[in-house]
Amino acid sequence: MQQQQQTERHTISVMVDNEAGVLARVIGLFSGRGYNIESLTVAEVDAERHFSRITVVTSGTPMVIEQIKNQLRRLVPVHRVTDLTVEGPSLERELILVKVKGTGDKRVESLRIADIFRARVVDSTIESFVFEMTGSTEKLTAFINLMQPLGLVEVSRTGVVAISRGPEAI
Amino acid sequence: MATEPVSGAEIVIKALVDQGVEVIFGYPGGAVLPLYDALFKQNQIRHILVRHEQAAVHAAEGYARSTGRVGVVLVTSGPGATNAVTGLTDALMDSVPIVCLTGQVPTHLIGNDAFQEADTTGITRPVTKHNYLVKSIGDLSRVIHEAFHVARSGRPGPVVVDLPKDIQQAKHEYVNHANQRHRSYNPQMKPDRALVERAVEMMAKAERPLFYIGGGVVNSGIAASQLLTEFVRLTGFPCTQTLMGLGAFPASDPLSLGMVGMHGMYESNHAMHDCDLMINIGARFDDRVTGRLTAFSPGSKKIHVDIDPSSINKNVHVDLAVVGDVGHVIEDMLRIWKARQVKPNGKALASWWDQINKWRGRECLRYRPSNEVIKPQYMLQRLYEAIKGRDYYITTEVGQHQMWAAQFIKFEKPNHWMTSGGLGTMGYGLPAAIGVQIAHPEALVIDVAGEASILMNIQEMSTAAQYRLPVKVFIMNNRWMGMVRQWQELLHGGRYSESYSESLPDFVKLADAFGWTGLRATKPAEMDGIIKTMIETEGPVIVDVAVDERENCFPMIPSGAAHNEMLLGPDDQQASPVSEEGMVLV
Repeated sequence: MQQQQQTERHTISVMVDNEAGVLARVIGLFSGRGYNIESLTVAEVDAERHFSRITVVTSGTPMVIEQIKNQLRRLVPVHRVTDLTVEGPSLERELILVKVKGTGDKRVESLRIADIFRARVVDSTIESFVFEMTGSTEKLTAFINLMQPLGLVEVSRTGVVAISRGPEAI
Repeated sequence: MATEPVSGAEIVIKALVDQGVEVIFGYPGGAVLPLYDALFKQNQIRHILVRHEQAAVHAAEGYARSTGRVGVVLVTSGPGATNAVTGLTDALMDSVPIVCLTGQVPTHLIGNDAFQEADTTGITRPVTKHNYLVKSIGDLSRVIHEAFHVARSGRPGPVVVDLPKDIQQAKHEYVNHANQRHRSYNPQMKPDRALVERAVEMMAKAERPLFYIGGGVVNSGIAASQLLTEFVRLTGFPCTQTLMGLGAFPASDPLSLGMVGMHGMYESNHAMHDCDLMINIGARFDDRVTGRLTAFSPGSKKIHVDIDPSSINKNVHVDLAVVGDVGHVIEDMLRIWKARQVKPNGKALASWWDQINKWRGRECLRYRPSNEVIKPQYMLQRLYEAIKGRDYYITTEVGQHQMWAAQFIKFEKPNHWMTSGGLGTMGYGLPAAIGVQIAHPEALVIDVAGEASILMNIQEMSTAAQYRLPVKVFIMNNRWMGMVRQWQELLHGGRYSESYSESLPDFVKLADAFGWTGLRATKPAEMDGIIKTMIETEGPVIVDVAVDERENCFPMIPSGAAHNEMLLGPDDQQASPVSEEGMVLV
């Protein structure tokens, strides 16, 4: 009955009241109960109603994923919990800023690859670039890997934000 | 409705009065002086001064669980709040509605490591159902009313409201926010009717059904217990209860199998293992109940009725989940069962009862009696015989005595049994008894205690003396931390590391020091007399009963074992050592 279940990756959107401590409640829930957080983003999305949207990417067995959603729903300031992975098609995007330091061929090559990936140069010095890029987690990771031998010195990434496709709002 | 501006402290008092609060348990300090001043100036709320903040919460738990109302606590900032943490955790684990008001340093000092400052909302966040830090006087009355709503509705639990001192002193109009709808928090009370119908269909077809009743039925209120009793009797199905569910179904009913779980009844655990339909109402498949999960009731379909969706499929996968208040669910079940004139499978049920009666025939609570030394079981049997006609409330501490009390004292009604089930807090029983006695001044309130546990909140003898509360503390004194000793015997080769109490106080003299009556029994023949004296003595009584030091609590499902692998007594203990797997479990 309690057979070993496969681990799955899920992207969950949580609409919360933007009040003090709400992020600590969500994070504390994950750490206290031993759930994984692969990425987590949060910002206010409705200033009038003081709603914040938390997007959390987590992994676990289907039973654990169900638990996570039910535990999140139990928090008093939580309005809505949506599992974007199971509730129809959805979009996921992440933004990165990548600093690459170098001169000569490596510098040219980094610019060429950035062009292929449609990354934008947002800062430039004689010996460095900062690239900005949005895309799926996989695409960004691929870009970072390619920049590694070309002088990558620093990465900052936002974590995943996600939204469902189509006209319906959550 | 505009009113004159009043102080924050007065707003708190007004809100408490509007919430119907009559009693609060607390301890003053610098950061709550304005609140205590407001308390001084009114006479609608009675304040009970405890001797330690942990005890304030346990007393409020005893009050809440014996009345079905919200228990209210008032403590100061810093150490006042941190001392309350164990009590709050206890209330969370056992779903007890508590509102705990904590003082806080003034808002402009928060974060400055001020005197008696602690990050109370940070510390209590994981141990409360919800908590608040009131930073604006305009929010105060709404927050207090909301705290009560959150504490008592849905799955009940503790709520902390942290009140900075300047907020208590600021002035504002009081607005009664009772009954205001919350914008995000709205627990589901009414079940989905189609699911209840399916549950009834599953019950109608069952051949070996079993009701598994938990504390949720008690929390739902007295009506839920009455409906449950009617429904169980209508079905004729056997009914077992968890530690927290004792009293939700009358123990004397022939359909009751008694407690289930680690120290539950042989017939309950075997019935749980062998049933083909388990109807869980307001229980949570706790590890003390399930034993080894992979061997838990392997052949059954499971129905789980719970108000908390996060309890469902947490430990055990169920076949049908019904979310809702158990009172509503049972009411619907009863109505559907009657409307459809369901006739359960009589033949199958009869042979199921034959099997259960065979298990009952093992008489799992049997022990070797003695004329020389008082057996722990004997002292509780005699206690039960002496009190069973009366209106009694039992609280306990945690350990062997707690399990024996659960086995030997029977409960016909809910709200009469107060024990720390989820957290297992030693030191719970005496303050809880104080809370119960405050709510029921005329009733017989007994804390069944162990000599180790009672020392953890022994200072509360002073509280009982101050308010002339006639609580009875019935100490099972075996000079050991009995349950620790039992596990060391079972799991650690009898190496009794630090589980013996070298220098216990003389409890009779201690009673005298606190203005209580102290009694002692050392021989079985003295038992009945001493119990009679205890009951008849006015005022608080401590009874020190010297019991067999080596007695272990049976029956027992050793950790890591299944329900059908119970140990019935010392002989079984020799025959089946605990598995490696079981060693790492608690």
